[in-house]
Amino acid sequence: MRHELLLILAAVIVLIAELAVSESSKARIIPFALGLFALVTIAGFIPGETGTLFGGSYQSNELTTMMKNVLNMGVLIIFLQSESWLKKPENVDKASEYFVLTLATLVGMNYMISAGDFLIFYVGLETATIPIAGLAAFDKLKSRSAEAGIKLILSSALSSGILLFGLSMIYGATGSIYFADVLKNVSATPLIIMGFIFFVAGMGFKISLVPFHFWTADVYEGAPIGVTSYLSVVSKGAAVFIFTIVLFTVFRPIMEQWQHLIYTLAVMTMTLANLFALRQDNLKRFLAFSSIAQAGFILLGILGANGMGMASVVYFVLVYVFTNLGAFGVVAAVSAASGVETISGYNGLYKTNPKLSLLMTLSLFSLAGIPPVAGFFGKFFLFTSAAGSGYFILVLIAVLNATISLYYYLRVVKAMFIDANEDPAPTFRSSNAMRLGLIMCLAGMFIIGFASTIFDYLRNISDVLFN
Amino acid sequence: MNILSLFVVVPVLTIVGILFTKDFKGARVVSAIGMSIQLVLAAALILMYLGARKAGVTDEMLWTADYTWFKSLNIHYAIGVDGIAVAMIGLTAIVVFAGIFASWEVEYLSREFFISLILLATGVFGFFISLDLFTMFLFYELAVIPMYLLIGVWGSGPKEASAMKLTLMLMGGSALLMVGLFGLYYNSAPDGGSLTWNILEIAKIKIPVEAQRFFFPFTFIGFGILGALFPFHTWSPDGHASAPTAVSMLHAGVLMKLGGYGCFRVAMFLMPEAANEMAWIFIILTTISVVYGAFGAIWQKDLKFINAYSSVSHCGLVIFALLMMNQTAMDGAILQMISHGLMTALFFALIGMIYGRTHTRNITEMGGLMKVIPFLAVVYMIAGFASLGLPGLSGFVAEMTVFVGSFQHQDTFHRVVTIIAASSIVITAVYILRVVGMILLGPVKDPHHLELTDAKWFERLSTITLVLSVAAIGIAPLWLSDMIQASLEPIVAKLTVFNPF
Repeated sequence: MRHELLLILAAVIVLIAELAVSESSKARIIPFALGLFALVTIAGFIPGETGTLFGGSYQSNELTTMMKNVLNMGVLIIFLQSESWLKKPENVDKASEYFVLTLATLVGMNYMISAGDFLIFYVGLETATIPIAGLAAFDKLKSRSAEAGIKLILSSALSSGILLFGLSMIYGATGSIYFADVLKNVSATPLIIMGFIFFVAGMGFKISLVPFHFWTADVYEGAPIGVTSYLSVVSKGAAVFIFTIVLFTVFRPIMEQWQHLIYTLAVMTMTLANLFALRQDNLKRFLAFSSIAQAGFILLGILGANGMGMASVVYFVLVYVFTNLGAFGVVAAVSAASGVETISGYNGLYKTNPKLSLLMTLSLFSLAGIPPVAGFFGKFFLFTSAAGSGYFILVLIAVLNATISLYYYLRVVKAMFIDANEDPAPTFRSSNAMRLGLIMCLAGMFIIGFASTIFDYLRNISDVLFN
Repeated sequence: MNILSLFVVVPVLTIVGILFTKDFKGARVVSAIGMSIQLVLAAALILMYLGARKAGVTDEMLWTADYTWFKSLNIHYAIGVDGIAVAMIGLTAIVVFAGIFASWEVEYLSREFFISLILLATGVFGFFISLDLFTMFLFYELAVIPMYLLIGVWGSGPKEASAMKLTLMLMGGSALLMVGLFGLYYNSAPDGGSLTWNILEIAKIKIPVEAQRFFFPFTFIGFGILGALFPFHTWSPDGHASAPTAVSMLHAGVLMKLGGYGCFRVAMFLMPEAANEMAWIFIILTTISVVYGAFGAIWQKDLKFINAYSSVSHCGLVIFALLMMNQTAMDGAILQMISHGLMTALFFALIGMIYGRTHTRNITEMGGLMKVIPFLAVVYMIAGFASLGLPGLSGFVAEMTVFVGSFQHQDTFHRVVTIIAASSIVITAVYILRVVGMILLGPVKDPHHLELTDAKWFERLSTITLVLSVAAIGIAPLWLSDMIQASLEPIVAKLTVFNPF
């Protein structure tokens, strides 16, 4: 419960602190909130008690604690990367709202991960979703941002409806909303399968799996970059976590059935997202499709339905947090300094901003799964997990997709390093917070890969739970 | 520290050193120092290896070390070398050393150039010392990816397209390879017990034949793509033609050998039954490679394309010989790898140097270069003679051994393919002599060429290193083939037990 309480406390403190600062010095709230959240993140790593609360509605174990810490780290980096954007005159008045809304969604996600029944799960999901719509429409004077907010809230409402419909069927069939009771009564009856398919469809919207991905690109493009990175990393990560937990525990008895479904979704998601990503020029749309494709890879880890699968999923999301935020951080920095958000606008960037280009290259290589950066290990372990369950053909499809994805990642590298440009984006120096955020991503990309203790720890705590 | 780990540590330190340099002069000096140390280390390793064998050490792998890395997946950083790996390390060290001096005048983004080049070398060295499939695969990918930037940024001609084609095809190869490696891993304990990535451990057990039949093609083709196996060779001519000099040298000289090395060390050694069953398919493909590459070279007018097609032919011969699966032919395959690595590096170095002077690689526009740049011309002829298999140079020793070995098979199929493949010697002579005649002999075609200057000191250093190595193998091949032979025995033994021929 510590994570949730600390986050609520932090949100309340930020709200109160905002009352205390004068109109003219609103910007001061930013470093304050940043420091506060850094403390919350660190406090999350202190070992705490595990167990269940409220008659099994809330459960916490080492794995859920670790998942929450992964999300916290992602949010911390996003806060650091948003600092200079928040300091802009048009945003500074709303800075505290940004923090409070983000923390509110994070609380929702934490409850969702720790849920022990479908009610808490659903409440957490909605708490996590609704504030994001506010965040997506944060640049409320820009029509694209407002459009993104509307699109997000409408598609979320639709997906929540579908999800609830599925859950109601499962409740009808099993007579309980508690995970433990549902588990006992789940079997491959038509009603439960039907309910399960609706459940997967609802979650598919949140994780943006093909064919439930249509909102993704538009929302990613319209929302401010800080929010886009939040959507693509933290929000997606949390949804993946709870999806994996529910599949591994509640729906374990119908594993054979859901494996077919996940298999199909994985193939469609990887392949179609890759084909769409090939054609994008706007970097935010490009990263949107790339993140859909990555979700397809994550499904490979889920297929295993054992400790290795869980460990590889959590590990991959951890890697993905640092990797994708590295890429989004560079996009945010370049966009803040020069307004360029297209791949062709990055032509010749290496000449003017070598460090940013290098970080972008490493992030893209990590997304493509190329050593020595952590993405290689992340993908390798996901594939190892799927291969361990005998899905060699699927692994083949996935590795070929990874090769296709390399093509579009290299397009960005080519723009930065090879393509000549008379007038490249000018040289600039990012703010200190942004630099700190980027350095954290860089360090994460190397440390998480080579420090084997991280993966071994995840494997150990997952093996205890799912064997 | 284990001497083998130094082969990874020294390049990494060199890269760090380059980061601290200010300009291109500093960068190239640091690279030269680093790679000279590497060359000395490699020489020391060869001497130590010969010494150890003379002293009667009979372990399959020497200087082994094993550190657990990812405990839950049993991934280790396991290293060790036998004679073949030692020879490949020696080859790599020589080619990288020569490559640094061949790119002495790269001024455009030179720090980045040397860093990428040495990163590539790190991957290659790491690959040859690894005994763990995971670590091996990691180094393998590390060696492939810098190629994209090296060709894309510093290349010539349609460099973006060539770089992309090369990278995607090689990465596609490593994708197939990855599936093969998973297959090996998950079948590494058929009787229970813990799964392992260690090559020597897997070699001790027999992987179920069903699994071998499924995974052998993935592994073999995965490595084969890097070894320019027909019909997956198409990246090679384009890539080599667009790449800058040192990259062509390193790529054709060393990186393509990773393919051949992996083919027998991983695919054939660990899955011998499937290797024997399917050898005929790949023998046909490599025979096509050998002849097709040689014919391809005849029709080209661009010096780099000629050499790239010639590489397809020669690397095809490597895999061809490996698939013969007897001691002599495999011995020849390793010799051919080393011999081809050295002479193709020499060729590409010379082509780069000639191009730097004449600004053309089109053989119809050059002539009589012997008169104006005698040093480079003579070295080019030596390289050419080595390539067409003149006795006294490395090419003869290698090709001779290969064909003697493959002729030991009595059946018609092997006899026929051997004769077809051997015809490539004649075709090679045609294109080599044609080029030599056109560009080196005869009258000077372009009056501007009369003012060319001969090789500078660093170019001489680069080429002489390679010429000496080529001659050393040609004149005294026995020390090298002794080194290889002993190490081949366990591999050949494992392959012939199941040999149906």
